[in-house]
Amino acid sequence: MSLLEVRNLKKYFATQKAVDDISFDVSKGSIFGLLGPNGAGKTTLIRMITGIFYPDEGQITFDGKKFDPINDVVHIGYMPEERGLYKKMKIGEQAVYLAQLKGLRKADAMAKIKEWFIKFEMQSWWSKKVEDLSKGMSQKLQFVTTVLHEPKLIILDEPFSGLDPVNSNLIKDEIYKLALRGSTIIFSTHRMEQVEEICDHIILVNKGKKILDGSVKGVKNQFKENLFSIGFEEIPADLNGNPPFEMVGTKDHGYVVKIKEGFIPNDVLNYFLQQGARVISFNEILPSLSDIFIKLVEGTPLTRQFQAINA
Amino acid sequence: MNKIWLVIKREYLTRVKNKTFLLSTILLPLVMVLFIAGSIFFAAKPEDKKRIAVEDKKGELTKFLKSDTSKMEFVFSQGVDTSNFAEKRFDGFLYSVDSSGRHFLLKTVKAASNETMDRLKNRLNSAYVSSRLLEKNITIEQIDSINTASSSYYTVDNTDEKNQNVNAAINTGIGFISGIIIYITMFIFGAMVMRGVMEEKTTRIAEVVISSVKPFQLMMGKIIGIGAVGLTQLLLWIILIFTISTIAFTFLPPDILQQVQDIQNNRAMMTSNPGQFSEAAKGIANLTNMNWPLIIGCFLFYFIGGYLFYSSLFAAIGSVVNEDPQEAQSLMFPIMMPIVFGFIILSTNIDRPDAPAMIWASIIPFTSPIVMMGRLASSPPFWQLALSMVSLIVGFILTTWIAAKIYRTGILLYGKKPTWREMIKWVRRS
Repeated sequence: MSLLEVRNLKKYFATQKAVDDISFDVSKGSIFGLLGPNGAGKTTLIRMITGIFYPDEGQITFDGKKFDPINDVVHIGYMPEERGLYKKMKIGEQAVYLAQLKGLRKADAMAKIKEWFIKFEMQSWWSKKVEDLSKGMSQKLQFVTTVLHEPKLIILDEPFSGLDPVNSNLIKDEIYKLALRGSTIIFSTHRMEQVEEICDHIILVNKGKKILDGSVKGVKNQFKENLFSIGFEEIPADLNGNPPFEMVGTKDHGYVVKIKEGFIPNDVLNYFLQQGARVISFNEILPSLSDIFIKLVEGTPLTRQFQAINA
Repeated sequence: MNKIWLVIKREYLTRVKNKTFLLSTILLPLVMVLFIAGSIFFAAKPEDKKRIAVEDKKGELTKFLKSDTSKMEFVFSQGVDTSNFAEKRFDGFLYSVDSSGRHFLLKTVKAASNETMDRLKNRLNSAYVSSRLLEKNITIEQIDSINTASSSYYTVDNTDEKNQNVNAAINTGIGFISGIIIYITMFIFGAMVMRGVMEEKTTRIAEVVISSVKPFQLMMGKIIGIGAVGLTQLLLWIILIFTISTIAFTFLPPDILQQVQDIQNNRAMMTSNPGQFSEAAKGIANLTNMNWPLIIGCFLFYFIGGYLFYSSLFAAIGSVVNEDPQEAQSLMFPIMMPIVFGFIILSTNIDRPDAPAMIWASIIPFTSPIVMMGRLASSPPFWQLALSMVSLIVGFILTTWIAAKIYRTGILLYGKKPTWREMIKWVRRS
């Protein structure tokens, strides 16, 4: 069951087709990765989902109904990439204010904030001002204010920027917990290793269009190049006959090979066993998301060019 | 609606709790009261006597241009010229440069007031009359006696129904001061709105908040919140000024207080002898006799109206600029122009409240909040006041509508400052 369905969404600006006919589904309770190079249209897409922009064309369905920005925004928590807080305001007051804007009553907001502050060991921050906080500290505060009202949909744009590994893990654990409790999370980042680790499902957008859609595992399989790494006790001296693979590289006590068309991994093992080599490991090498990302985006200009739009 | 209220509350409380707010709220009324007390004091004080050296090439003036003891002293001494009159302790040097000898120049150390110039011209012309009369065989003694008798033979008092007994100077003074206060507060609070919007944009808090509230709510919340701060401050000022002046009255000398009471009691038949009351007493009597409810009511209306009219434009500017305050300045210029223009019209025409420029400027909403205050004391026709108020209300609805469109796009746009043409496009679209 999908929490969010996006159909044929379009948003054209004066000089850019920022989002050009994008559709996707986000299923309930999943962690969804929204990937793309800088200027691909991710922020515009997110702004339409959060009701900040009206799409030029297309439909958004939120929780089974047509998306209604005015009433549905209270069920959405959005942490933008460009984010900030009122510098001169006390942290506790600020968190209460932002929670109230999301429709929480003051007393409820206070109780929830205290709970989160204890969880993140931020109790002593209450009457400090934001300008007293380090970047990482304000990042944590920002995360708390985003998820405080227990939204059905949480959108996190680069949530780990500026966080040390310890705090990153802390937030990561909370993201998992929120997903387990039924929240749906859209996660937008450039850090592919995090996507691989966290996300169930990803889409990749480039130049306003969706160019990839699938589960992390599915995508990796889709882009696999039949590469295997083989480890030996002692590297075979030379490769006789007609091996069912091509040599891609060597490493300590092993080779990286690419299986030729028409062969299966067993053929490779058979070949080496017949050679009398003693195999100690045999692994498929799947491409990393980072490789896939680069492969798909490479060749397109790093920054989008301006173009005249007649819409 | 609930959300806009939250925004208003935040904007209001963070500013009112600030220490500078408290400080300026208390200090300004003190300065104001001192200013009013000072101007009453100076109004009562006669102008200094002017010592003027006269170069009389034709010898026509020596006989008839007489010093009078209180205002002007003329000295016909040789060896005084434009370069050394100041050293010889003269206030001015009067000399003629054209061949007819009828056009004089007055060189002074300090700029001469209009009053002084008028008096000087009258004296010169009456000297001419005297010299012509002498040619008609009338003796100097006769001329002098007529002159002396005639100077206070007729007197004129203005008994306009509306303005009976009202000291015009104090009246226009009140109008002028309230015009200036509206002028200043429009800048202060307009700039405050602009800075607030810029802060939200540059710290990127707008990104966060816009996902919970609509841009219009955020903008109006800020405008209303800061407007409420301004209103709080003004009301506190009004209360403080009244309190301080009431206290100040108790320190006035008893004879002046007595005179004030006499004037108030005799208001209907103020014919007896106005000379018996001191200027200060008249001034205070007039102050207490002003139509304060009308003035304060209009003041609050024009403050709120003018503020709403301009602050949304300031908000729009704040939303399109980035960190660079200079960008803001170049955009602020066209918005500040009409405000300054209104102030110039007010200050140059304050003594002519029914001049066409004043009437128009007091109706057009760009200038009306400043200029109408200056006209209020002279009781403008009701239809003008009503038209001015209605057009101000229509005006601010219009500017808010325009500003909201610019704000909505500008607040989320980073990078290059948009051009006027682009902003007009934002307003036109949708």
